[in-house]
Amino acid sequence: MTGHDHDHHHHHDHDHSELSETELRVRALETILTEKGYVDPLALGLLIETYETKVGPRNGARVVARAWTDPAYRARLLKDATPAIAELGYAGRQGEHIVALENTPALHNMVVCTLCSCYPWPVLGLPPVWYKSAPYRSKAVKDPRGVLKDFGFELPAETNIRVWDSTAEIRYLVLPMRPAGTDGWSEQRLEALVTRDSMIGTGLPKQPHEVA
Amino acid sequence: MEGAHDMGGVAWSGPVVPEPDEPTFHAEWERRAFAITMAMGMPGGWNIDMSRFAREDRPREDYLAKSYYQIWLVGLERLILERGLVAPDEIAAGKSLHPPKPVAKTLTPEGVAGMLHRGGPTEREATTAARFAAGDRVRAKIIHPPTHTRLPRYVRGHAGIIERVLGCHVFPDSNATGAGENPQWLYTVTFDGVELWGKESDPNLTVSVDAWEPYLERT
Repeated sequence: MTGHDHDHHHHHDHDHSELSETELRVRALETILTEKGYVDPLALGLLIETYETKVGPRNGARVVARAWTDPAYRARLLKDATPAIAELGYAGRQGEHIVALENTPALHNMVVCTLCSCYPWPVLGLPPVWYKSAPYRSKAVKDPRGVLKDFGFELPAETNIRVWDSTAEIRYLVLPMRPAGTDGWSEQRLEALVTRDSMIGTGLPKQPHEVA
Repeated sequence: MEGAHDMGGVAWSGPVVPEPDEPTFHAEWERRAFAITMAMGMPGGWNIDMSRFAREDRPREDYLAKSYYQIWLVGLERLILERGLVAPDEIAAGKSLHPPKPVAKTLTPEGVAGMLHRGGPTEREATTAARFAAGDRVRAKIIHPPTHTRLPRYVRGHAGIIERVLGCHVFPDSNATGAGENPQWLYTVTFDGVELWGKESDPNLTVSVDAWEPYLERT
């Protein structure tokens, strides 16, 4: 499937009319569903608000920072991530069964869904366009180092790469390595280092000098 | 089914293009398409496997030409038309022309938080013993069902190791067709890159998929 802003197969002027047609189609469908009483506009607004303002990668960053600072929590997270994540209040839709994957100097984990767009919503929010795009879904399982280059970084050749294809209802969260030079940092300060991509495995946490 | 959605390992020319500071939605219609799809699950009564099949069961060119939420939109249209919740003439007219079909329940504003918090856990109590254990060598079967499956093409016929036993879970191949949940044991199976892609593969690559017991045979 093509992305929105990264569409290499359509011209942009052509896209514009297509999107207008889509806009009309969505509006018509919502009208019909509302008129029939199947959907409540207030519920629709709440769904949108939830994923735009409440559920997103800052949730996952809290989980990671807690694991970096609390060894007992880290152990619980790696043993059974779903209840450990629920301790921080994150649970539910598209995160019913979560497994945490620990990055080490010898092993880098990367998560993909080659068949659709499976992604741990309660901790990362809705997936970005690139995660749902054909280039990522096709390339991640075959050439993950090539994907990492697209993201601007390389791993040492001797580092093992494990790619997790989310083909069932298990959702995966990468626990990245805590950056060096952060001894004594508070959990809250560490959270600022945890990027969304570092929890998918297509990025690394920020380094201490990158945050104010 | 053999669809364009099954993308693992397919040659693709373009790079992955991350978008800095990407918004949750890129247009108002995406917000609406997302919300009506989520809200219709309750009155619609379909399950996640039925909705996945409604999205992926389309011509290759069509799947590849549509953006993500455009696919959600046509998937939703198909699900509501199949169940007679909306009629084709209403889609064409863009307004309701017939009385609504009675539905068991709808999503109220008060129900949103609870619905999201409950989610849809798929683990079920096992009624059989697991056939495989961690460390067992298995092969992914070569299957080409015309219906929904979650065994990606790129692992079919290849040998791997059972890494984790994940419990007994709703079986999508049955659930998508309305044949019931038919829970089956689910395993994480790990394949060497060289086994999947040949000797040109990165020697330090392994790939894991989650595979239900009917997808696997002992080697």
